[in-house]
Amino acid sequence: MNMLFIITGAVALVSAVMTVTRSNAIHALLYMVVSLLSVGMIFYILGAPFAAALEVIVYAGAIMVLFVFVIMMLNINRSRSEEKQWIRPSAWTGPVILTLTLATELVYALWPGTNGAFPILVISPVEVGISLFGPYLLGVELASMLLLAGLVGAYHLAHHIGPARDREGDRL
Amino acid sequence: MNPAIPVEYGLVLAGLLFATGLAGVLARRDLIFMLLSLEIMLNASGLAFVVAGAHWGTADGQVMFIFILAVTAAEVAVGLALLLWFHHMHQGLDADKANEMRG
Repeated sequence: MNMLFIITGAVALVSAVMTVTRSNAIHALLYMVVSLLSVGMIFYILGAPFAAALEVIVYAGAIMVLFVFVIMMLNINRSRSEEKQWIRPSAWTGPVILTLTLATELVYALWPGTNGAFPILVISPVEVGISLFGPYLLGVELASMLLLAGLVGAYHLAHHIGPARDREGDRL
Repeated sequence: MNPAIPVEYGLVLAGLLFATGLAGVLARRDLIFMLLSLEIMLNASGLAFVVAGAHWGTADGQVMFIFILAVTAAEVAVGLALLLWFHHMHQGLDADKANEMRG
């Protein structure tokens, strides 16, 4: 289990460094998703399955999709030939190797007989939920206010970009 | 407490991830990469909370991780809207272009 943790931590660190040092935003996003997945694996190893699920669903799912949307919106005018160049093997071998490492660890952890791979003390979602809506209820309310403020702020900013684009569309 | 994994390992990993994100924010000038580096830093702080929660065997670490998740989601929504706004105004994502504010 200690070894699993070290390998997963190395994958997380390597992919984070690769994220920061890429020149292409989409390649950086690929490495970023691998980094988030490996941090989710670390949560699972540490006995926090709820945090692991949230990490995969919210971080690697929702937030990264937002980044992909924005990069797609900004790269509208790129040509097809450039896109062909982007998906050459050197772009995806690194993330694939790191992801295969994670997949191998997952298979090892779920293999029957390797009970040592499972944490001794698991903090279940039930405990997290009881704590979240017991002593931390005020924090949940504050988080909901923050999310509402983020929604209104993002809508306001995007709303003011909108009219200029519409006028361009009218001219076309 | 979870005896198989020393708490130091988790905290060192969180610190290294945080340092990576910090170096990215300081070194990169592309706004998308700066936002991604901020994500790495927030993720590392969440990892530190979960490691501490696992060390003491309480759910508080995961609760704080969920709060960090909410903060991250709000930050990314507003940050990406600002990024689109910036791209609209400056025709690029270079953070050094935002130098006309005299205050």
